[in-house]
Amino acid sequence: MQIRPILSALWHHKAGTALIVLQIALTLAIVCNALFIIHQRVVRLSRPSGVDEANVLVIQNQWIGQQAPAQLQALMASDLQTLRRLPGVGDVYATNAYPLGNGGWSKGVRYTMDQKSATSPTGIYFADEHTLATLGLKLVAGRNFRADEIGDMGARDVLTPRTIIVTRALADKLFPGGNAVGQQICVGSAPPSIIIGVVERMQTWIGSFSEAWVERSTLVPFRLLASTTTYMVHVQPGAMASVVQAASQALIAANPQRVIGPKDVMTYGQIRTIAYRSDRGIAILMGVICAVLLATTAAGIVGLTSFWVSQRRKHIGVRRALGATKGDILSYFCTENLLISTGGVMLGAVLTVLLNVLLIDRFEMQRLSIAYLVVGVVAVVLLGQSAVFVPAWRASNVSPVEASRTV
Amino acid sequence: MFGYYLLLALHSFRRSPGLTALMVIIMGVGVAASMTTYAVFRAVSGNPLPDKSAQLFVPQIDNRGPQNGSTRNNLPDALTYTDAMALMQAHVATRQTAIYPIVGTVVPQDGSHRPFAANGYAAYADFFPMFETPFEYGSAWNDGDDQRHAGVIVISDQLNRALFGGANSVGRTLDVDGHDYRIVGVVDHWNPQPRFYDVNNGYSFGDAPDYYVPFTRAIDLQIGSNGNNNCAGSLKALSPGWNGWLQSECVWVSMWLELPNAAAALRYQQFLGGYAADQQRHGRFHWASNVRLFNLMDWLDHEGVAPPETTVSLLVAGGFLLVCLVNTVGLLLAKIMRRAGEIGVRRALGASRGEIYRQFVAEATVIGISGGLLGLLLTALGMRGTDLLFEPDIAKLAHLTVGLIGVTVSLAVVATVIAGLYPAWRAAHVQPSWQLKSQ
Repeated sequence: MQIRPILSALWHHKAGTALIVLQIALTLAIVCNALFIIHQRVVRLSRPSGVDEANVLVIQNQWIGQQAPAQLQALMASDLQTLRRLPGVGDVYATNAYPLGNGGWSKGVRYTMDQKSATSPTGIYFADEHTLATLGLKLVAGRNFRADEIGDMGARDVLTPRTIIVTRALADKLFPGGNAVGQQICVGSAPPSIIIGVVERMQTWIGSFSEAWVERSTLVPFRLLASTTTYMVHVQPGAMASVVQAASQALIAANPQRVIGPKDVMTYGQIRTIAYRSDRGIAILMGVICAVLLATTAAGIVGLTSFWVSQRRKHIGVRRALGATKGDILSYFCTENLLISTGGVMLGAVLTVLLNVLLIDRFEMQRLSIAYLVVGVVAVVLLGQSAVFVPAWRASNVSPVEASRTV
Repeated sequence: MFGYYLLLALHSFRRSPGLTALMVIIMGVGVAASMTTYAVFRAVSGNPLPDKSAQLFVPQIDNRGPQNGSTRNNLPDALTYTDAMALMQAHVATRQTAIYPIVGTVVPQDGSHRPFAANGYAAYADFFPMFETPFEYGSAWNDGDDQRHAGVIVISDQLNRALFGGANSVGRTLDVDGHDYRIVGVVDHWNPQPRFYDVNNGYSFGDAPDYYVPFTRAIDLQIGSNGNNNCAGSLKALSPGWNGWLQSECVWVSMWLELPNAAAALRYQQFLGGYAADQQRHGRFHWASNVRLFNLMDWLDHEGVAPPETTVSLLVAGGFLLVCLVNTVGLLLAKIMRRAGEIGVRRALGASRGEIYRQFVAEATVIGISGGLLGLLLTALGMRGTDLLFEPDIAKLAHLTVGLIGVTVSLAVVATVIAGLYPAWRAAHVQPSWQLKSQ
């Protein structure tokens, strides 16, 4: 295939060529970065929380007025009994926060009390001997809490656990050797606690604040006596709908001096949807923009190539009359498009990196992996080839008679 | 003459309906994508109190120390109770309020409906005049109420409708968390967005708060904060209980100041630096005085109130609009050059270059208007889709206002006219003789 005549023909269409090159470049830059954003969001929203999400229900309870700690302890114990008696309920415990929730406690952990700055932050979850069974957390080392280890703690008291269970992510951060069970660490400003068990995974709550240490959680053996409590309920398969119905009614019937609003009873499916709402939204938006952008660029290529074909019918006729085959004409336009695309993706690669640098700088995004650029380049070139095919096919069907028609 | 150009434009659309429709659709989609994301972006990054924002300030004090990660750009974003009370008592600003978010259960007196949770703020009397809160009934409480730790409450019009059917409830009693408060005022529709006075607790967007009570009273009743409580500055264990918490280095109180001019702001900055230096002298801080004073808009920026999602989508949608424009330039060029013969004839018959130029700009304008109208339709659809893409509290802020309608259509027209300038210029330079010869 002769490249020189194509280049000289393109030189006659400087403006049109430059426009397609620019459009391909911009499309590549936007599509690559958008695909990268989509990938990051999808990775985020599909990571496991460690909870048996299909079978766990979350109930927020708020007591009316201020109760003494002893009263709160009795109320909580009676609520746990009420929930356990419900048909379809497997196990129950009370806590301050839960994975994928919208807030919670965090503390810095240190090896010794003298250590000046913390080794890692950790999410704090109040737990008892039922927690692992209720959430379906997998114990990978050590043991569960025993009933006699569970204490009571007032909302403003200082957290001083003697035993704790940590996630594997936190254990690996603190003790890379893998021998976390039996070791001591200081949680917040408390004296050392002994790690008695390690669970495979338990995510912290959602938010940019905890993103860097998302699986470093600590379970502390206390019931938190505060006016607001969260009950976590493990529901037997198939019983979710009936337990959702019955749970708040049973609690209010047992003691009406409380508030459980319409948004206070949620399945984990709902919690996950809310937690990753904006991630899913951005992924959808970027996907739609990518699709429309590619369609727009394809339409632009079809439009301009059709114009070139109609303008050059005479030349095509002459070439056909001089012995060029249909295939020659077809490959002429495809090669022409390939040359334009090559120019476009070269400029586009530069724009892609520049846009990525801007996003990293302004929005703390990660560096784009080169694979996205490669995939983007291949996609854009294929798009150009398929867009050019119809006008090129029409050009190849120009009959040699055309050469003599208008001269 | 313009009417004639319009006729020519319509005639040309009839001749190549596919290409014209393609341009209108591309412009419409590009405009709709950028306008929808712009509507959301504008809603979250606007100035919530334009006439006053330059006079409202937030102080920051480093009580954590450089060894715990404090720098000039990374200071605790709230104050300790100790520091907030010291600033309140010093009374250096024209107006000032310490404030923190609270949640309580409202117990309706008539017994007709169940108790429900309500969100509120503990604040000082200056909160209301500082932030220009409008009142439907009654008024704010006064400084005397603050000093007396009075059991008074200001409620929202929404809560007033729920409890009293919207009647004037000033003077009546309201039970929150088992404590009686005397209603002194009902706020009239007031919900600035973003909720600038509480952005550090993650309550930047959403429904208006239900009630406000005196800070001093809330402390007496030991009502804890419903916002962030950061104890990173505590080197030693807290003393147990409520008083231990108040005296701790935990930060959880926000502070707002009204300073009438730059000189006053400078004076306050010096006072604040002096206060922190004093704390160092007294042995509380083991580091040099590190304080900062933000005005309202700088504070919103510093706290990153506009969610990155909204800015990134605006950026990407803007890039998309640019591609649509480049595409339209290409298609217009193709369309116009296809009609080189017709242009040649018109030029030969005496049309000036200017007239040809205006004819094709008119054609671009018509495409722009059509694209704008389509864009408007798609923007209206896009607004319905925003709650799929953004947090519901943010999505519902985006509305199709008259201003936005104007901007949408003008954006489409201006963009298409700009896109049409180059093709029109090319058309104007078609050589009449050459074209006629080649026919």
